[in-house]
Amino acid sequence: MTQRIPWARISWEHWVAGCGLALLLVGTYVGLFVAPPERHMGDVQRIMYVHVPSAWNGLLCYTGAFVAAIVVLWTSRPKWDAAMVGMIEAGVVLNALLLVQGSIWARATWGVWWDWDVRLTTSLVMLLLFAGVMALRSFVEDAERRTTWTAIATIVSFVDVPLVYFCVRWWRSLHQVQSTPETVDRAMVLPLRMNAVAFLLLAIWFAARRARLELALRRRDEVAVPERRELVHA
Amino acid sequence: MSQLTAPTLTSPTGAEAGFLRVLAGQTVTVLRKDLLLEWRGRSRLLSVMLFGLVTLALFSFAVGPDSANLRAGASGFLVLALLLSSTLALSESFRLEHEQRAIEGLLLLPVDPTAIYYGKALGNTIFLCLLAPVLMWVAMVLYAVEFGALTLVKMLGLWVLAAAGLSAPGTLYAAMTSRLRSQDVLLPLLLFPLVIPVLLGSVKAMDLVMTGDPMSQLRSWSLMLLAFDVIYWSLCGVLFQHAIEDP
Repeated sequence: MTQRIPWARISWEHWVAGCGLALLLVGTYVGLFVAPPERHMGDVQRIMYVHVPSAWNGLLCYTGAFVAAIVVLWTSRPKWDAAMVGMIEAGVVLNALLLVQGSIWARATWGVWWDWDVRLTTSLVMLLLFAGVMALRSFVEDAERRTTWTAIATIVSFVDVPLVYFCVRWWRSLHQVQSTPETVDRAMVLPLRMNAVAFLLLAIWFAARRARLELALRRRDEVAVPERRELVHA
Repeated sequence: MSQLTAPTLTSPTGAEAGFLRVLAGQTVTVLRKDLLLEWRGRSRLLSVMLFGLVTLALFSFAVGPDSANLRAGASGFLVLALLLSSTLALSESFRLEHEQRAIEGLLLLPVDPTAIYYGKALGNTIFLCLLAPVLMWVAMVLYAVEFGALTLVKMLGLWVLAAAGLSAPGTLYAAMTSRLRSQDVLLPLLLFPLVIPVLLGSVKAMDLVMTGDPMSQLRSWSLMLLAFDVIYWSLCGVLFQHAIEDP
């Protein structure tokens, strides 16, 4: 007897992740085998199809976390706290990927793994800032205090995010300024956009799963069996 | 103790000027309380100053006896000594409040939390500024740098901007982490990445003051420090009340 898959019970974020994975496969294929190589850099430029989507979506995740942090301070609702944590962690993962991909690209084009360029430096600082927020969160035991303090640290850390985006325009930088569809070949724009949407969908999946986990942990803590000492005291 | 009576913030719905005047009065009261406590103890200032001196000496051991190298890195060593000393000073400023649960008494007073923040942050800034004469004098001796009168004034101005930049987010994070067991790890972890612009700006600006500024870059680096101070003094003042509210 065949067992029917309970489609209705599959969470919405898994559908989003499925679409993201499919798009990523197609986008990567187009980026690797259909799009032409760049005239000066050759095939190493193809790292752009994952590097730029990581950057865009990392900044988007941090911005989402910042908005959620403001709402958390305003309302103190657990679901916004969970959303904030999900987006911070998705942002940190994408930020780390961004630095690794950029480093590989830098080695091939600039001849060094790292340069203390303003864009690279601010991106590294951004990663350290939000990793610090995660560390702070892990040390606070009280749930409400953890929520408030994470929101405060997120708002304070977010000041670096616009700096990362605009620094290449404000200061002289080795890193190129933002490209537009007018400055990039059309054959290169397609895989870039496909992968950007794919990364966005996968980031949504990651953040949503992490938010669900956070809410589950909070529920577990609320119904946790009191310690023996508290029972004796009662 | 009658001198330390805080002005009461009766109604924020009153005239804005009156509200700001009361807030300023409360800030000064909190500041005076902190300075008085510091004056009575003085141990924190001495220990932090000693820590700064040790740090400066360690840098010279790490770089070696070549005076040219030491002179080239003098501004960086000075600011790093300030940064490392600030973590000790900042964490101590709230540890005192939590030791005897004094913070609870402070919060029960009819004092705006923003005034507590600005009082504490100003106290920390003054405290870090008091390190300047000693650390600069030691840097002159150890790193073979010379300050003229004008250079010294400029250096002190930059030191104040750097100290204010460290104190603004540092006071907020110290208020949060002072209640945690892992304060010694968390405060630098949160503070150091955040104050990298202060480190970069003050090192570059002090370097320009000491070695000359042919491209007139000093103004832009000083303005960057000032912008950092304005942003974080405003932002942290707003956020502080959430940080100390007991859930």
